[in-house]
Amino acid sequence: MKTAPSPALNDPGIVPAILARHGHDATRLMQILRETQESLGWLAPETLTAIASGVGWPRAKVEGTAAFYSFFHLRPRGKYCVLWSDNITDRMLGNRELMQALCEKLWLEPGRLSEDGLVSVNTTSCTGMCDQGPAVLVNYRAVTRMDMARVEQMAELIRNQVPLDEWPAEWFQVTDNIRRKDALLDHGLVPGEALAAAMALGPQGLIDEVKAAGLRGRGGAGFSTGMKWALCRDAAGEAHYVVCNADEGEPGTFKDRVLLTSYADLVFEGMTLAGYAIGAKRGLMYLRGEYRYMLDALESVLARRRAERLLGARILDKDFDFDIEIHFGAGAYVCGEESALIESLEGKPGRPRIRPPFPVTHGYLDQPTAVNNVETLAAACLVARHGGTWYAGLGTGKSAGTKLLSVSGDVERPGIYEYPFGVTVAQVLQDAGVTNCIQAVQISGPSGVCIGQDELERRIAFEDLPTAGAFMVFDCTRDMFEVARNFAHFFAHESCGFCTPCRVGTQIVAQLMDKLETNHGSPYDIDEMFKMHRLMQGASHCGLGNSACNPLFDTLNKFRPAYERRLKSLDYEPAFDLDAALSQARQMTGRDDAGAHLDNME
Amino acid sequence: MSEQNIFLLDGEEIAFAPGQTIMQAAQSAHKYIPHLCWHPEFKPHGSCKLCTVKINGRFGSSCTVEAAAGQNVENRTAELDDKRRTLLQLLFVEGNHFCPSCEKSGDCLLQATAYEMGMMTPHFDHFYPDRPVDASHPDVMLDFNRCILCSLCVQASELADKKNVFVMGGRGMRGRKIILNSESGKLGDTDFSVDDRAASICPVGVILKKRVGFVVPYGERTYDKAPVSAVEAAK
Repeated sequence: MKTAPSPALNDPGIVPAILARHGHDATRLMQILRETQESLGWLAPETLTAIASGVGWPRAKVEGTAAFYSFFHLRPRGKYCVLWSDNITDRMLGNRELMQALCEKLWLEPGRLSEDGLVSVNTTSCTGMCDQGPAVLVNYRAVTRMDMARVEQMAELIRNQVPLDEWPAEWFQVTDNIRRKDALLDHGLVPGEALAAAMALGPQGLIDEVKAAGLRGRGGAGFSTGMKWALCRDAAGEAHYVVCNADEGEPGTFKDRVLLTSYADLVFEGMTLAGYAIGAKRGLMYLRGEYRYMLDALESVLARRRAERLLGARILDKDFDFDIEIHFGAGAYVCGEESALIESLEGKPGRPRIRPPFPVTHGYLDQPTAVNNVETLAAACLVARHGGTWYAGLGTGKSAGTKLLSVSGDVERPGIYEYPFGVTVAQVLQDAGVTNCIQAVQISGPSGVCIGQDELERRIAFEDLPTAGAFMVFDCTRDMFEVARNFAHFFAHESCGFCTPCRVGTQIVAQLMDKLETNHGSPYDIDEMFKMHRLMQGASHCGLGNSACNPLFDTLNKFRPAYERRLKSLDYEPAFDLDAALSQARQMTGRDDAGAHLDNME
Repeated sequence: MSEQNIFLLDGEEIAFAPGQTIMQAAQSAHKYIPHLCWHPEFKPHGSCKLCTVKINGRFGSSCTVEAAAGQNVENRTAELDDKRRTLLQLLFVEGNHFCPSCEKSGDCLLQATAYEMGMMTPHFDHFYPDRPVDASHPDVMLDFNRCILCSLCVQASELADKKNVFVMGGRGMRGRKIILNSESGKLGDTDFSVDDRAASICPVGVILKKRVGFVVPYGERTYDKAPVSAVEAAK
């Protein structure tokens, strides 16, 4: 194995320039690391040392952050880094076979850098392209609609070392796929309209309208937005902050992608409204690293809004200053949890904080912070413009307004569907077009609920099925065990590792699911999974661990035959396969005759 | 102590000072709540979850939840000790723990707590992680095979020694680990000293002082003489 050249020494001016651009501010460490890696390819030990001394942090702290995020590379990563989105919807579209084919064409194993240091191919958690998968990230740029022809062409492009900018432009096309519009997507507002209406109300008046609207958080938990703003406004602090949670990492969700692509004005205006309501001067948008490709477009929207006096000093000529900056995550699902997100915004590993205190009183830089979902902020514009009473008239009693659903899986028209709350699952399925019989729908992603075909009359609403937006459809040909196994591995990969039950428990569960998958399971193993579910649900530090076994629990209860047909026997079976353990010895001796096998299988 | 500053711990009345956590109040009252990552000198970390109790019927970490008047706290119940036993088993299979040959055997909080909870086997399949031993420092060696990720060395080095020799980094079971504050990643290249508070904080056998191994023989060590519940309650 060749030792890679030290990248930082290749151009000694790069790191100091990045540090200077960020004012040597340690809280901007995530952005410093990302930009450094974009320039140098990876984060070498001496690069981290230089960054640490530049921001005045102990070196180990900088390495601790870098090592936490999947998208930061502390070892040479190759000129081309291809990551296949590995959500269950990508698998249903054949991503595994395509990845295997790409690896074969490039003569490499998944997860290993090629001998010449040119390319690595691996999987990553859902990249938010479920409506146009199978998707990959190539050097963290999103490529959609992979197929065998593209795989062949991609292998050629990589082998010939063609720069990414010269790859076919249509590969990088991301389409909105908006299939149904309602009040939000058909808002009809011009930039500044909602803001002007809000300023006529005054901060307290705006909060009162948002409370009257019954607007609840669209990230899934459904906390009252007006209440959150009021608590934050009333909290004492040197400065108040607005944080837009655009880290939509829940597999199967892609609504924020569409809102930020085609409704960015509405989202930024919503952030400005929140800033006005709580008395903040700064807003931070935490955008998932997978959406890096949006940066230029979003920055130009921000620049236009500044030029139009909708951001910056004296907005709309009133005594209100507010501006927005964009921060990127780097591949960590747990950062969708608001306190982990704040840790990440401060340059630290995304570990959920001990709560209380809550972010409304002690958030970003320990100051009062309102963390709101992208969709919530966009919806706030409607409330400001049309009033709380009007908004409360949409949807159901406890779920005012509309909800964007990210529909994917076995439907004819995957994409974004907006409905007033209260719509039935069956209605959504009918609109999205189903040809085959429906077996299950996973609502709100792996941490949500899985409903069976006898539950399709249930409603999308906080009263029944609360959701952050994911809506993954599985027809009768799908193996629900494989769905649950995919989710189990997702949680094992995304657990932050802070608390024992989630850190080790998610691994144990993934291991048990693999044992079943290889037909070595027994009812004993299913009991073990229930036991881990009970442990993790009570003892975990945050929602990730608490909900990590939800998909197993649901599928075990509703689709038990999918598990039972994999059980080898009704007694205990060891996971250890004696015959498989001899495979290395067979390889070394070049033998594969009957005498080189142990008949321990029957 | 005013009349109302009292909560129930397994049915026994415990007085507390306002601001104390359930763990602190229990410790003051010489009651043992199992724990690994908690240490009276440092901020609660809340990661090992061994101190999970039931507060008015709901699970919570006793090291982070503040005591409040009238709380009914369940601690040493069969249900909770069963969960603790499972948590211990998870910690045992996550690392590489070979008690019979470990220098810390008998002084190890993990081992003692496992005895206390009646853990007879590791139960789960071992992960056998590949974890390095660091003998680069002249006076101290590190055997990360035994690390339970409690972060006490991190806190001791940062808060007591003002050095930040140890930092917790990485993600998940396969990534999370102690990162040492040197470009080489070696303890010998940090400013760590055997006299640091962090050198004697490890509850298990990761941070070991050289040339003093087995000075106290097996059989005569802290938890050889009394179980951890008695040792802790006597503090």
